[in-house]
Amino acid sequence: MGHGTLEWVYVGVVVAVLIYIGADAWNVETFLDHAPEDAQVVKVTAQQWFWTFEHEDGRRELGELHLVKDIPYRFEVTSLDVIHSFNTPDFAMMIDAVPGRINSIWYVPDQAGEFLIQCREYCGFSHYQMRAKLFVEEPAGGGEQEAQVTNASATNNLIPPLGAAAVAS
Amino acid sequence: MVLEVRKPRPLWEILFSTHHTDIGLLYIIFSLTLFFLGGALAISIRTELFLPGAQVFEDANTFNRVFTVHGTTMLFLWVIPFAAGIGNYLIPIMVRYKDMAWPKLNAVAFWMIPVGAALVWLGFADTTWNAYPPYSILRAPGPAAEMWIFGLKILGISSILGAINFVVTILKMKHPDLPMMKLPLFTWSILSTSLIILMSMPTFAAALIMLYTDRLGVSGFFNPAMGGDPLAYQHLFWFTFHPEVYVFVIPAIGMIYEIIPKFSRKPIFSYTSGITAFILLTIVSFASWAHHMFATGMSFTEKTVFMIGTLAAVPASAMHIFNWIATMWGGRIRFKAPIAFVVGGIITFFLAGAGGVVNSAMPLDFLTHDSYWVVGHMHLFLMGIITFAFVGFIYYLFPLITGRMYNERAAMIQFWLMFIGVFLVFVTQHLLGLYGMPRRVVDYVPVEPLIIMNQISTVGAYMLLVGMGIFLFNLIKSAGWGKPANMEDPFGIREKYYDYRRREPHH
Repeated sequence: MGHGTLEWVYVGVVVAVLIYIGADAWNVETFLDHAPEDAQVVKVTAQQWFWTFEHEDGRRELGELHLVKDIPYRFEVTSLDVIHSFNTPDFAMMIDAVPGRINSIWYVPDQAGEFLIQCREYCGFSHYQMRAKLFVEEPAGGGEQEAQVTNASATNNLIPPLGAAAVAS
Repeated sequence: MVLEVRKPRPLWEILFSTHHTDIGLLYIIFSLTLFFLGGALAISIRTELFLPGAQVFEDANTFNRVFTVHGTTMLFLWVIPFAAGIGNYLIPIMVRYKDMAWPKLNAVAFWMIPVGAALVWLGFADTTWNAYPPYSILRAPGPAAEMWIFGLKILGISSILGAINFVVTILKMKHPDLPMMKLPLFTWSILSTSLIILMSMPTFAAALIMLYTDRLGVSGFFNPAMGGDPLAYQHLFWFTFHPEVYVFVIPAIGMIYEIIPKFSRKPIFSYTSGITAFILLTIVSFASWAHHMFATGMSFTEKTVFMIGTLAAVPASAMHIFNWIATMWGGRIRFKAPIAFVVGGIITFFLAGAGGVVNSAMPLDFLTHDSYWVVGHMHLFLMGIITFAFVGFIYYLFPLITGRMYNERAAMIQFWLMFIGVFLVFVTQHLLGLYGMPRRVVDYVPVEPLIIMNQISTVGAYMLLVGMGIFLFNLIKSAGWGKPANMEDPFGIREKYYDYRRREPHH
């Protein structure tokens, strides 16, 4: 086989490219796999076919999630019935919601505005409209934010419009 | 020549035959029929997604059932039976034996497939083709889900029986004067495929039974309320179906190895590297199953191991592409339909492979997983290389099967429609995925980029439909009224064709 050399060179190049990709993926993933210590925990619960969220301070939201810009959040995602997947495409973040397991993922919302939360794992009839709204707000001044939190925890039950109004004010 | 239209044989003689060419023909006709039926479902899906809101389907329920049956049909009733059909046709000729090792078993393996197909189509389940529990055990409506389970069970047994037959035919019935290293690469591809089936399929067969008893409520393997683990099913499922991806693609690779040297009128660049790559793919196919599950909350170690296992499959595939290009390089290529389809398939194989590397890189997987990117990626494989190679091979075998020539111009029109169509449909779907459109949805957020890209994708799907219409018309018309082929050299390329005179007594 006189023409073997060419093929070995080619295979070598392919392997080198793959090693580069694998190493870079390893690098990025080690970063993504470790949430910052000071991250706020948000418990995300999926059910056919809606989302509930519970903040660290006990505030609960249904179908809407309010976060503050530039604060790291860690989401603890689980499901009560079938497998769902917690996905916010604008922040390129997703993790499956598996019943009987708590999966976690973290990110820092670096952009204020209104974003889409959707289910990305087939979960039956209304899978396509299992959506929620993500509101990322500009951080308010320190004292004001404190006030909001106490205000919200006072109405500690599943009343989304009120909870939303409290945070958005 | 089996389907001799000039001297037709009674239908029952073909149906009840155990001769390998007759069974091969039944496999081919059956799989093509199901390919067109599955394609009709695909067109209804694409029509639905042309605009946001409801177009074709009244509710999501029907839509969910349609994409489930579309997926099941295309994988288990088109790709696998078609490859088995071509294998039936050619393996005994290539190993110089009079038939398959066990002709009756061969017939049984074929006739199980229509039974499985009937269960899948009459049930019309909505579990998706991978039937993840707990949805499939707790919420999926019966009896459709049960029928799907039993249909798949029967199809699995059928492919195990077929695989045993191929392995024994190739290894034991091979002519004693014919060493392994002189067998055509297509034989090696069927051997690899059959070994993968034998090693992987039993796992899924077990998982199906566990799924069924879970549905009955007598066990709780995958039911978290009864102490089971839904992820266990995903491991069992992908332990079978990631290797199964290679079961789909390796026969197509073998067919490409048949066509390219003939039409380039040059020997294969490196026969040994072809075999090496087949063996590597067979082994490595078992090292990558859990890359389908990165998003289920796997640990960092697991993700790393399966990323490396997945990337390890790339060099072997790249060796095949290198081999094909090097074979064509400097050859006097006659661009007839078979090699046109093969070249189109190689281009999409390269693109789909590059997309696969993106999927397997851990952080990027979280962008693409369960989005339309994955739909585009796997269809670029299944429709791109696999179906392109299969269609090219149908044209290549057409004179052998019918004794007539297909219409070359219609075949080339079909090629260009399909080639452009595949890019419009599936490359656009990659972009849709990056925009965050989840897969398996009947409706999507009505924003402009999603609408435009879905419409491009649907237009491409209609080009595929027209191409497939031409294909069907060409097959039927040419089989009945085509020009009789010059059986020594039907394509006028001065290369050896299969031995058409071979006509063993039917038994």
